[in-house]
Amino acid sequence: MKIKSQKDFFSGLMFLAVGLAFAIGASNYTIGTGARMGPGYFPLILGVLMAILGAAICVGGLTKGPEGGDKIGKWAWRQVFFILAANFAFGILLVGVPAVGIPQFGLIIAIYALVFIASLGGHSFNFKETAILATVLAVGSYFAFVWALNLQFPVWPSFIAG
Amino acid sequence: MDLIQNLSTGFGVAFTFQNLIYCFVGCLLGTLIGVLPGIGPVATIAMLLPATYALPPVAALIMLAGIYYGAQYGGSTTAILVNLPGESSSVVTVIDGYQMARKGRAGPALAAAGIGSFFAGCVGTVILAAFAPPLTEVAFKFGPAEYFSLMTLGLIGAVVLASGSLLKAIAMIVLGLLLGMVGTDVNSGVARYSFDIPELTDGIDFVVIAMGVFGYGEIIANLSKPDDEREVFAAKVTGLLPTSEDFKRMLPAMLRGTALGSALGILPGGGAMLSAFAAYTIEKKTKLKPGEVPFGQGNIRGVCAPESANNAGSQTSFIPLLTLGIPPNAVMALMVGAMTIHNIQPGPQVMTSNPELFWGLIASMWIGNLMLIILNLPLIGVWIKLLTVPYRWLFPSIVLFCAIGVYGTNNNVWDVWMVGIFGFIGYVFHKLGTEPAPLLLGFILGPMMEENLRRALLLSRGDWSVFVTRPISACLLAAAVVLLVIVLMPAVKNKREEAFVED
Repeated sequence: MKIKSQKDFFSGLMFLAVGLAFAIGASNYTIGTGARMGPGYFPLILGVLMAILGAAICVGGLTKGPEGGDKIGKWAWRQVFFILAANFAFGILLVGVPAVGIPQFGLIIAIYALVFIASLGGHSFNFKETAILATVLAVGSYFAFVWALNLQFPVWPSFIAG
Repeated sequence: MDLIQNLSTGFGVAFTFQNLIYCFVGCLLGTLIGVLPGIGPVATIAMLLPATYALPPVAALIMLAGIYYGAQYGGSTTAILVNLPGESSSVVTVIDGYQMARKGRAGPALAAAGIGSFFAGCVGTVILAAFAPPLTEVAFKFGPAEYFSLMTLGLIGAVVLASGSLLKAIAMIVLGLLLGMVGTDVNSGVARYSFDIPELTDGIDFVVIAMGVFGYGEIIANLSKPDDEREVFAAKVTGLLPTSEDFKRMLPAMLRGTALGSALGILPGGGAMLSAFAAYTIEKKTKLKPGEVPFGQGNIRGVCAPESANNAGSQTSFIPLLTLGIPPNAVMALMVGAMTIHNIQPGPQVMTSNPELFWGLIASMWIGNLMLIILNLPLIGVWIKLLTVPYRWLFPSIVLFCAIGVYGTNNNVWDVWMVGIFGFIGYVFHKLGTEPAPLLLGFILGPMMEENLRRALLLSRGDWSVFVTRPISACLLAAAVVLLVIVLMPAVKNKREEAFVED
């Protein structure tokens, strides 16, 4: 059987799987009765409901619409990688990961890392331009968030600021 | 008269120097980010939310409201000048607005959008002020069963009026509700779906979901598209004022748009985008006067009506939030989050327990709209400059603000990991063609729905029929069913799909 709408089919599958997972998870908690709902009661209903909806969407994806319509298309793995890597690098550098011996590098270095890694995910990459952008953002963020809004950030590396 | 007295309280609050400044900053930031294509109001508000944590609650909400309608306004500028809707609500403004700009009439188009928005904003604010107190009275009569039914109606309404597949949207709501279950159950103290991770016992932060799905998800989706050349009609903005002929045509369009927007904004799921669509459709149905430019080729009514409608809708969508505590759309869901952060439980009690906040917010909306028109017409040159900022500078900045924002929310790096995960999930949603807005709505309403369901069933001793035997609750559920049936009728179904595809 050919899938008619890939988007519908796979999103249905996703809803089905996640719904079942939540429903199975809910069965680990006390379900209770209507008059005395346990913590598992509402999630169980929702999980089952979502699984049913997912199955319906799935079937719709198999039967409705023209052959080969609504393809998912190529995944932009490169962009996904760089944007998420930028985010994770920011978190790691900002506070450090003591468990694996990465010290805290602080906000400024984290900003440079984030801007450079994220820029690599773009259409074109220009070192000088990115460096300028990172500097502008680092200075701007310092003034906006640390100085003006007084948010609590580790700004400098712990081995310098102490 | 109560209304006058209430409004004067409100203006007393809003006209303090501090609140005026925050209103101004909110409008300015909102417009600034709204002008940039590819960042919607949800991402804008989520991104700027941490900036308001340190403020007093009134100032914070005033600023957030300013950001919201500022973003709405900025979106129309982008639509007219670049042929790209800055916000989803300006999708239809693109059609005639851009054509006007191409014919060298960008100035009048921008002015029409601005004047229409201002007028609609004034009317919307008055409606909000007039209808809020009586609705609040009604809300106090609501028991848990009514609240549960109302939320059901709200969620159904939100998907019915949204674009795309109905089933998928409902599934997204359920997913949102389920994500809302993560964390400690208030009644039993059981940590649900937390996998023994201490951070998860507090639940997932809504800022994390909003920024991950709407911020990162959108960026990845935008970057995966080929680099498009933006054409900005920068040099051609001369002569802002529309001619008297333009004014004559604008006026009825503006009135129709405002009326439609005010009505649709109150509906759950309605708000700005639907109002704009509906207003444009109605304008297109009316007869063209002799000598008038046809729609799609730069008719000023095609700019004025949807812009009036979306602004009126964005004002009146505050009504369900402020009176019932129920957010009708994703932006209002974020406002609920913001209120909760400032320890204000949204609902009918806000008006009596925090009258300064309630009326101050309403008054500030009018001031904000005034500021927008005073600010934006002269500043148009600055916004045009902004439009020429290339995306390769923008997206690293957005990623940065999201990352700083989520960290700043709780000063906990756990949220930075979570936002990354939700960013990926957001991209998956994009690839699978599922609209993420209902998810956020469900997420905010999840715990409220469970609590009201629990109470309702506790009172009825486990009897589910309580939802249909109590008259108000039954009516609300009936309305939800009617909505669903109408949308599923073949004739309406086709029309609905048409309405969102065409234009």
